[in-house]
Amino acid sequence: MTTLLQQLINGLSLGSIYALLALGYTMVYGIIKLINFAHGDIYMLGAFWGYYTINFWHFNFIFALVSAMFVCAVAGVVIEYLAYRPLRHAPRITALITAIGVSYFLENIMSYLYGADTRNFPQVIKQVNYTIFGVRISNIQILILATACFLMILLQLIIKKTKMGRAMRAVSVDADAAELVGININRTISFTFALGSSMAGAAGVLIGLYYNSIDPLMGMTPGIKAFVAAVVGGIGSVPGASLGGFLIGLLETAVQSVGLSAYKDAAVYLVLIIILLVLPAGIFGKNVKEKV
Amino acid sequence: MKKSMIKKVTGIAAIMMSAAIFAGCSTAKTTSQGNDQTGSTVKIGVNLELSGAAGGYGNQMKQGIEMATKEINNKGGVNVNGKKKKIKLIIKDNKTSTSTSASIAAQLSNNDKVNAIIGTATTNAGTAAIPNETKAKVAALSPSATDPNFTLQKNGKAQPYVFRACYQNNFQGGTAAKFMTNNLKAKRVAVLGDNSTDYGTGLAKAFKKQFTGKVVDTQYFASGDKDFNAILTSFKNKKIDAIYAPGYYSEIGLIIKQARQMGLNVPIVGSDGMADAKLVQIAGAKNASNIYYTTPFSQTVAKSNPVAAKFLKAYKARYHTDAPTFSALAYDSTYMIKTAIENEKSANSVKIRDGLAKIKNFDGVTGKITIDSKHDANKPIAVEHLNNGKVVGSTQIK
Repeated sequence: MTTLLQQLINGLSLGSIYALLALGYTMVYGIIKLINFAHGDIYMLGAFWGYYTINFWHFNFIFALVSAMFVCAVAGVVIEYLAYRPLRHAPRITALITAIGVSYFLENIMSYLYGADTRNFPQVIKQVNYTIFGVRISNIQILILATACFLMILLQLIIKKTKMGRAMRAVSVDADAAELVGININRTISFTFALGSSMAGAAGVLIGLYYNSIDPLMGMTPGIKAFVAAVVGGIGSVPGASLGGFLIGLLETAVQSVGLSAYKDAAVYLVLIIILLVLPAGIFGKNVKEKV
Repeated sequence: MKKSMIKKVTGIAAIMMSAAIFAGCSTAKTTSQGNDQTGSTVKIGVNLELSGAAGGYGNQMKQGIEMATKEINNKGGVNVNGKKKKIKLIIKDNKTSTSTSASIAAQLSNNDKVNAIIGTATTNAGTAAIPNETKAKVAALSPSATDPNFTLQKNGKAQPYVFRACYQNNFQGGTAAKFMTNNLKAKRVAVLGDNSTDYGTGLAKAFKKQFTGKVVDTQYFASGDKDFNAILTSFKNKKIDAIYAPGYYSEIGLIIKQARQMGLNVPIVGSDGMADAKLVQIAGAKNASNIYYTTPFSQTVAKSNPVAAKFLKAYKARYHTDAPTFSALAYDSTYMIKTAIENEKSANSVKIRDGLAKIKNFDGVTGKITIDSKHDANKPIAVEHLNNGKVVGSTQIK
């Protein structure tokens, strides 16, 4: 029983990172129907930003987290402006291929500038373990879970309660109609990228602190898994992405705890295939009928 | 009508192309005596993983090779039959890809006419390069390909043009097995291996074959993984005495950290991929206790080895960090080729091969190296013991 609870904690900590990443995928997809494959690399940028500011500018954790979110937001907007905006009216596949190109560019430019080596993330918060009913949970795990939940609620509030959030929802339903009623589409899309990328930046700093190891290719696998999470939850749906992230984290942990660790990635991709076959809209996705 | 025309044209094009390809083959074959040394330099090709999954290891090797070359050239160069020739490096990145590695091997040996090749870091990329190296008769010395079959042909004989400067897996895995039975008295052991490299799977297999106690559980991870909590939690429940974790420092460091943080304090034994200062940085000094690894090269062994002491000092002066194992192995590889050239009094690529095959008691940074009939590097092995992130002792295993 305690083992089960322990694995649950493990799964939730892992899942909260996937959830934060999945949010970025789902928001960008919701608004411009683009799977932004460079999203995982924004997360890597966030981790590196945290690494440098903590090591060389001696930022504390909160400041590193917030500044990483800001820097990643800027990076997201710049990427959107340079790479995706010129392709706004191009076929969707063109933008998709560009996204893959941006992803490779970011990975390789970081490998080139900083080396492909793994580095240790500065441990600004000392780890303390608490044991509750035989289950061990560390303050960092609690911090990750709490920060992730806080950011997700904040995001939900921004989308539901603010003017910009309403504009985002309007653009995602019908961009042309939104423009007709006076919404600045470009600014709304930029804002979406900024929001999604800042979540990824936060995830990068959190993961750096949790695992204490970062490298330029760290965004690849988590990026793809977060994409799966977004699909499972229903791509385009914000609560769906959060739920999908936690589900994928728990699934991976479960597969490893029953002794099939070699197949943990396979299990995640198997879920992707099954979801696409059985429930293509995902758990929270709306099945929108195309009108003629 | 039109279609058949196109078919004809493509047919002819295909024939011409295959003719061109075969012509390429035959020219490669007719230069039967390998690549001669020309001009004032000895050309050494470097086929390494400078980017991609193994990019970190490849870059460390590049540093070792460049440092050795600079040292040699500063002293005038390699003595080729009485004449000093400088070494010219031709460095190519195979991007941790087997197909790129194969084409680089062809480029280096056919176009650049190198006299010897150093590389690759990984067994997979190295194996892909063998056919082209053999065809061109250029010896390739891998600093770190550990798969036992890497230097062997299918019939069990040595690959004529392939050598390695490191241990092969059976030897290293077997040593770990002996150490765990005899020194740690471990009876119930869990194996946690790197599934994405031949190095990790090979060592795990070799260990399991030679360990006399009970292997309770075997789990695998892939390089780049960061979360091992789930696996370690299930290990903790199985009442194990020790963990054997063959892999590289980047993941093993995380495994150590996560195991200690969940209160799993059993000894963790690994392989020479762990012998890197970064291991302790990633794991945290306090967590890096009760850690053992098999290694040819270590800070404690280095004290009694003047070549290694000199290397460590020079490396630190040049790169401002402690020398990793990969740099040491690559450094040795460069000097092994130099020794081969000087012993054979020729830098012809076939002669270098003969020279490499005859290397005996070569004083390397990673120990006294003798190349055996299977083209493996034999050298003494030690088990280093870490406590609080510091090396506190090393045990020679016979």
